[in-house]
Amino acid sequence: MTLLTILFDGVAYGMLLFVLACGLAVTLGLMNFVNLAHGAFAMAGGYVCAVLVNRSGLPFFAALPIAFLVSAAVGALLERTLYRHLYSRSHLDQVLFTIGLVFMSVTAVDYFMGSSQIFIHLPDYLQGQIDIFGLGVGRYRLMIIVICGLLTVALQLTLAKTRFGSRLRAAVDDPRAASGLGINVPQVFALTFAFGCGLAGLGGALGAEILGLDPYFPLKFMIYFLIVVTVGGSSSITGPFLASLLLGIGDVAGKYYVPKLGAFVIYTMMIVILIWRPNGLFGRSAAR
Amino acid sequence: MLRNFISATLAAGVLSWGATAQAQEAVKIGLILPMTGGQASTGKQIDNAIKLYMQKFGDTVAGKKIEIILKDDAALPDNTKRLAQELIVNDKVNIIAGFGVTPAALAAAPLATQAKVPEVVMAAGTSIITERSPYIVRTSFTLAQSSTIIGDWAAKNGIKKVATLTSDYAPGNDALQFFKEHFVAGGGEVVEEVKVPLANPDFAPFLQRMKDSKPDAVFVFVPAGQGGNFMKQYAERGLDKSGIKVIGPGDVMDDDLLNNMGDAALGAVTAHLYSAAHPSAMNKEFVTTYKKAFGTRPGFMAVSGYDGIHLIYEALKKTGGKADGDSLIAAMKGMAWESPRGPISIDPDTRDIVQNIYIRKVEKVDGELYNVEFSTFKDVKDSGKTKK
Repeated sequence: MTLLTILFDGVAYGMLLFVLACGLAVTLGLMNFVNLAHGAFAMAGGYVCAVLVNRSGLPFFAALPIAFLVSAAVGALLERTLYRHLYSRSHLDQVLFTIGLVFMSVTAVDYFMGSSQIFIHLPDYLQGQIDIFGLGVGRYRLMIIVICGLLTVALQLTLAKTRFGSRLRAAVDDPRAASGLGINVPQVFALTFAFGCGLAGLGGALGAEILGLDPYFPLKFMIYFLIVVTVGGSSSITGPFLASLLLGIGDVAGKYYVPKLGAFVIYTMMIVILIWRPNGLFGRSAAR
Repeated sequence: MLRNFISATLAAGVLSWGATAQAQEAVKIGLILPMTGGQASTGKQIDNAIKLYMQKFGDTVAGKKIEIILKDDAALPDNTKRLAQELIVNDKVNIIAGFGVTPAALAAAPLATQAKVPEVVMAAGTSIITERSPYIVRTSFTLAQSSTIIGDWAAKNGIKKVATLTSDYAPGNDALQFFKEHFVAGGGEVVEEVKVPLANPDFAPFLQRMKDSKPDAVFVFVPAGQGGNFMKQYAERGLDKSGIKVIGPGDVMDDDLLNNMGDAALGAVTAHLYSAAHPSAMNKEFVTTYKKAFGTRPGFMAVSGYDGIHLIYEALKKTGGKADGDSLIAAMKGMAWESPRGPISIDPDTRDIVQNIYIRKVEKVDGELYNVEFSTFKDVKDSGKTKK
């Protein structure tokens, strides 16, 4: 029974990691842009949701899409004004620029929202546990699994089946040929980037309850996002998804069964996987 | 060697000369606090409380004008040291005060000794601090004070088996060690001991482990910000319904955060020096004026800052405005007064605070959550001092 509870918690945690990190997989893997400020967009979503729910009294489920939209809008704005100038620059420039953004976001949020932890007031029906065949299942975690599961399917379908998905893949594989075919490459990238930021924002809003939310969020979780993307490989959505699940379950199980080593399990897993497959679980070798 | 000695003597001479020259007009207090960063709420509370005190009692004492110079060290000891040095050498302050975390207080200690400037510690809580310089006085608390008391109380009040969950850093380990010593000596048993990494995103697996070890209570100490997260997940996992109590030192249930935690925090029993619900006329006035001025309730950091500035005022009154380090420290030793937290005094031997520790339970009062005190341990000294 405990095993199942651990499994359930691990899956929920993994799903959450996935939604938080998959936007990064898109920018890093598809657009070949190192965006360390990804967590800042997640934090933005979290704070938007918290303000809407706590101060304006909006229902939690209404605040989630708004958190997505606001983060996406901020992402689109920054992409148009700042990020696009860095696409052709070296990775070091991108790292330096985005880490600067992280520090600016930390200070800005600290200034406007204060440095203490924020909790989003959840509706009663999302609190506590329900009993499913004797297994205590946290309602909030169940909701995370449902939302994130649906989102993953939708993402995969969008990338694989839609017109936009094929344009994006074309733009990534060969931007010159794609624009020759009449695909507006900058626009495709801008949309994709905004969408990735939106996902991060949604992840931040969903994760605030479990991970906590304070101005240091982007710094605290940067390492987790990077682990997910490195382990999963960044050429598809499936890779980061499976990696998130694996790491989530591994992390939770490690902390439960060997609490003395618990914090290191996730790093050990990363090292072992990367020795075995240096490009990540589903990574293709660096072609570009 | 000789040259070093001469320059040091000269520097000290210049320093003390500077200090007396300054003392004619004003008494300067260099206040070093974390005003930004993860510890900013500590800094803000102390700064607020000092402002409040000076509004109420004026900025002149024993014929001297009190001047506060506030510096932000963001809780980084390197900054603290540099700022303390600047304050002492350039601004010629008579007193340094504040210090949000232990490393910061320790970083300034050698400077206090060298320049003979009193260091009034208003937050940092490990036992060793006051032993690091004869010029250090503390008005906050030590972790040993609250952790030993909750250990004694739990053992005497029907709690036999306890699982502990503490953050894996110095204060967490201190809290665990002091609690365990007293709880086990009182006949209790620690059935599960989990140290949580400091940067821990999710308590779920650790809480599941707590639940499965079926204790009577969980002893918890995590950094103030994480307390809310812990309580929420504790309730989410149904630990409250399986009758497992939450006990611990009161940092986790700081008044600053308590109200945002939601009903998950109800029923938690903690031992601490201060609650905004402390039933004295003095405290009621303190809480009301603080709320009116800053829009939030004061927490234990605010009261520590309030008492810190009070100590400085009273010491100056006693010395008749003489503001050199030795006279001030001598005046501060043994001083006793009534604070919003109750009666307190400064132990003349250790220069550390002696205070009542209250056992409190989180209850709903007028729709808000408060730590309601129900038992008092009188005049608790710090038991963590090195045995001599």
